[in-house]
Amino acid sequence: MKKEGEVRISSGCAISGIFCRDGRRITGEAIKKSIAVMHNRSNGLGGGFAAYGIYPQYKDYFALHIFYESQAAREETERFLDKRFDIINLSKIPVRQTPRISDAPLIWRYFITPLPHLLQDSQLDEDEYTSRATIRINDSITGAYVVSCGKDMGVFKAVGYPEDVADFYRIEEYEGYSWTAHGRYPTNTPGWWAGSHPFSLLDLTVVHNGEISSYDANRRAVEMYGYSCNLLTDTEVITYILDYLTRKQGLSLKECSEVIAAPFWTTISIKDEEEKKRLSYLRKMFSSFLITGPFSILVGFRGGMMALNDRLKLRSLVAAEKGNTVYFSSEEAAIRVIEENPDRIWAPRGGEAVIVTLDKEAGR
Amino acid sequence: MRKNWKFLESDMQENEMKEFDIRKDGHKEIMVTDCLGERYIGCGMKDGILHIKGTPGNALASYLDGGTVYVDGNAQDAAADTMNAGLLAIKGSAGDALAYGMRGGRVYVLGDAGYRAGVHMKAYEDKKSILVIGGRAGSFLGEYLAGGIIIVLGLGCEGKSITGYFCGNGMYAGTIYLRTDKVPLNLSDKLIRRNVSNEEKDSILSPIISDYASVFSISAEDCLKGSFIAIEADRSKSYSQLYAAV
Amino acid sequence: MRRYRIRKDESCISCLRCVSECSFGAIEKGTDRSLVFHHDKCTDCQRCVSFCPTGAIYIMEDENRFRQNSVFREDDIREILLQAETGGVLLSSMGASGKSVPIYFDKLLLNASQVTNPSIDPLREPMETAVFLGQRPEGIQRDQNGNIVDNLPPHLELKTPIMFSAMSYGAISLNVHKALAAAAEELGTYWNTGEGGLHESLYPYKENTIVQVASGRFGVHGTYLNTAAAIEIKIGQGAKPGIGGHLTGKKIIGDVSKTRMVPEGLDAISPAPHHDIYSIEDLAQLVMSIKEATHYTKPVIVKAAAVHNIAPIASGIARSGADIISIDGYRGGTGAAPKRIRDNVGIPIELAIAAVDQRLREERIRDRVSIIASGGIRNSSDAVKAIALGADAVSIGTAALCALGCHICASCHTGRCAWGLATQDPVLTGRLDPEKGAARLVNLVNAWTREIKEIMGGMGINSIEALKGNRLALRGVDLNAKELEVLGIGYAGE
Repeated sequence: MKKEGEVRISSGCAISGIFCRDGRRITGEAIKKSIAVMHNRSNGLGGGFAAYGIYPQYKDYFALHIFYESQAAREETERFLDKRFDIINLSKIPVRQTPRISDAPLIWRYFITPLPHLLQDSQLDEDEYTSRATIRINDSITGAYVVSCGKDMGVFKAVGYPEDVADFYRIEEYEGYSWTAHGRYPTNTPGWWAGSHPFSLLDLTVVHNGEISSYDANRRAVEMYGYSCNLLTDTEVITYILDYLTRKQGLSLKECSEVIAAPFWTTISIKDEEEKKRLSYLRKMFSSFLITGPFSILVGFRGGMMALNDRLKLRSLVAAEKGNTVYFSSEEAAIRVIEENPDRIWAPRGGEAVIVTLDKEAGR
Repeated sequence: MRKNWKFLESDMQENEMKEFDIRKDGHKEIMVTDCLGERYIGCGMKDGILHIKGTPGNALASYLDGGTVYVDGNAQDAAADTMNAGLLAIKGSAGDALAYGMRGGRVYVLGDAGYRAGVHMKAYEDKKSILVIGGRAGSFLGEYLAGGIIIVLGLGCEGKSITGYFCGNGMYAGTIYLRTDKVPLNLSDKLIRRNVSNEEKDSILSPIISDYASVFSISAEDCLKGSFIAIEADRSKSYSQLYAAV
Repeated sequence: MRRYRIRKDESCISCLRCVSECSFGAIEKGTDRSLVFHHDKCTDCQRCVSFCPTGAIYIMEDENRFRQNSVFREDDIREILLQAETGGVLLSSMGASGKSVPIYFDKLLLNASQVTNPSIDPLREPMETAVFLGQRPEGIQRDQNGNIVDNLPPHLELKTPIMFSAMSYGAISLNVHKALAAAAEELGTYWNTGEGGLHESLYPYKENTIVQVASGRFGVHGTYLNTAAAIEIKIGQGAKPGIGGHLTGKKIIGDVSKTRMVPEGLDAISPAPHHDIYSIEDLAQLVMSIKEATHYTKPVIVKAAAVHNIAPIASGIARSGADIISIDGYRGGTGAAPKRIRDNVGIPIELAIAAVDQRLREERIRDRVSIIASGGIRNSSDAVKAIALGADAVSIGTAALCALGCHICASCHTGRCAWGLATQDPVLTGRLDPEKGAARLVNLVNAWTREIKEIMGGMGINSIEALKGNRLALRGVDLNAKELEVLGIGYAGE
């Protein structure tokens, strides 16, 4: 059977997110509870979590979570990393054996920083240097897959139901200010764990529900700019588009939302002159990155989270607030189970991004 | 790409440089000094006068539409491309593809012209392209000529061949006048060569040459001295005979 | 030489309508209102058939066949006989007739949504077909307040991804130009003058007009360049790559002469190359000189024929400063072309678009330019497939002429078009009412646009840009591995 990446697999999903604006760090218990409520939206073929603020003692280093299918792949990757980075710390990611999660790859974690003289020679900033290295590992080292590579964050994912994945990775032992979760309903067996979500590049993580109809137009466009879509999933291409638009084009996340879920021309035409010009510009300039078809996404980034629906709002998305905490989920129940009485609960409109960031005094 | 040229108005001192956009600031008599390879000078210019000192870049005076461009120096390739009206006068020589597809106006070159001068020049009603080359012209002079007049004077080349090979190849209208009695090398059999009568010289060549000579302040008499031959298309040998309709 | 036979049945009422309609002299009035058929002059244009009030006329392939030979087919023999008789280069018109060159559009199948994402009903939900053609800068710019600055060069805005191909006044009649211009205006798209200049009466259609600069530079002057939404530099056309043009003096009469600015009766010859373009950097020079002449207010299109190395050529064009690349495939039409060239030179548009789109992506410059595909686009699904392969928009010539009555008899080069399209004979050109013609063109393009929306809706795509280059929307049948590779698509079932 072909592994995901050799074939394109559609999937339906559940997503959930918790964000503490005051920078308060909470354990993975809550997010596990939330995503577990939507058990029926996934089929046991993929689940995962992204967490921010979990490695405060290493917050200045890139944290790499890597899957290996063999020791040989690990050795090759470590040689690759050793040549380019200072490896500050490396270890297996601690897991808890559970009968519901099987066929685990080798799962390793590294804290690294680019070798200063190589970084200087490359004329790149450290983000670009590191992202190129991870894209290269995914692209060229057989049996190795970088799951996440940002700072003070990490992605934990597997083939299984999300609540079992949580147990497997012992996520209750981590504390973060921002959590997203994903339960997957792929139409096929993915064959390996890489295709599970969240998908991540540097500090950016994406969980996504829906199947986009613009996939190949978007993929072929973003691959022009040095990305390589190895997994053929929507989430992967959305992550790369967001990375390209924010990091390489310098767009804000709100502007990104106006590119990927651009308003219809008829909607743009009734805006005031200034806004009309701005929105038309974004649509024309980045037309290859318009995403059509159903999607709801939660985008985690350093110090914030964005929730966004497609412009027709073909997928469900609920948001809620309680004090300093913001919740997003595919279903209201998944929020109520962890926060019975939110101050406010609402469904964001299609194409309108909800962006939350840490309060200034949170100091992260 | 688009930029504001540094121009010197003719009544300004050389060291008083001023930057402005000639498209917006109206048409003046402008002097350009130290020109070195800048392209598209005078492109589409409708009126006004440009004096250029130095070596202007390619596509000089392309689509020229009524303005006047004087060059004190040599011009590079594709000067007067698709020119419509006006005057381009080059005190030195011109590069290749001079006056390609020219549709009207005058192009005067005091020196030589490169390969393919006057290719597909045209004439229509009062629009008549005129190209005068003071020195010698390269090969393929007046190729595909569709109208208008090309004159090559060969000043200072008396007794030598003043055109290259394949002069007037494929021409189907217009006239090439050469101040020589030598038939151009390997002239196509679809062309007719005839000697120019004194009447024709007086009625057609003289007014043009007088104008040409006055632009460069040289003697018109010298330019008209000696015999001229004319080359024209043989109308009896039309291209439509080449085809069979299926 | 006889190809067709004209027959009539007993329902003929001897009204002689066919005699007046036939412009090729194939049907003449005999004595006593009888009909005389000159079968050898018939081109099968179907004009008489369409206008016979009783349906009495039939045009049949001549039953008399040459002796069959597996190597020398009927047409081969016929052409040898003709050339032996005349000594002429075979001249033909319309698109290539190479029968063994596949029409790849017919081997591509489209996708639709089932279960995993929803299809969209275009009558109920918004469905966007607007396309913007033009250059995009490499990055955004912000002013000191952090606001995005509009650094986009001028774009063409199409309400539908279908435009009209270049057809010159002279090759076709002024009435056809009028119909195309009026239809383009109503549709919110563009028509293209071709290289024969722009008739003054059409200046009001400026906003929907693309003017062409070809090697002949006919009628190219400041007003012409500026009476347009965009300017197209024509390097080549699919029907005759590498070949110039030749409009005989017979067609250079009246307003054609005035518009082309060529004296009446004089041939109008377009040289094979532009003699100011012998290399790619010369193209950049012409592109920029046109931009200079039009003050950077209009996009410049470069049109090239789909030839073997079209991918690197397109890449070179993209780097020349051109805003839009127009690629005309093997089956593109013409008013006249040497038959051997038409049928044997160039490659099909499907392969060309796939190769160009892929190459521009590998070069990372696909987003910098837009691509127009033409050459044998017959219907809306061809258009959708061309866009999914990588085009931004398509352009139709032959299909537009068909909407105006053309039955593709491929006799344009005779100048006797019975439908009044490819002719300058005032009696014949009067057969097309430009207003009615425009209405038919509008109908055609509107119908195609609705079909495109249906197809997009089926795939769950609600905006045309999400279809562009979306090759997962396509699967091939009856194609070999190499063809699939060049097209960049999977086999059906894969």
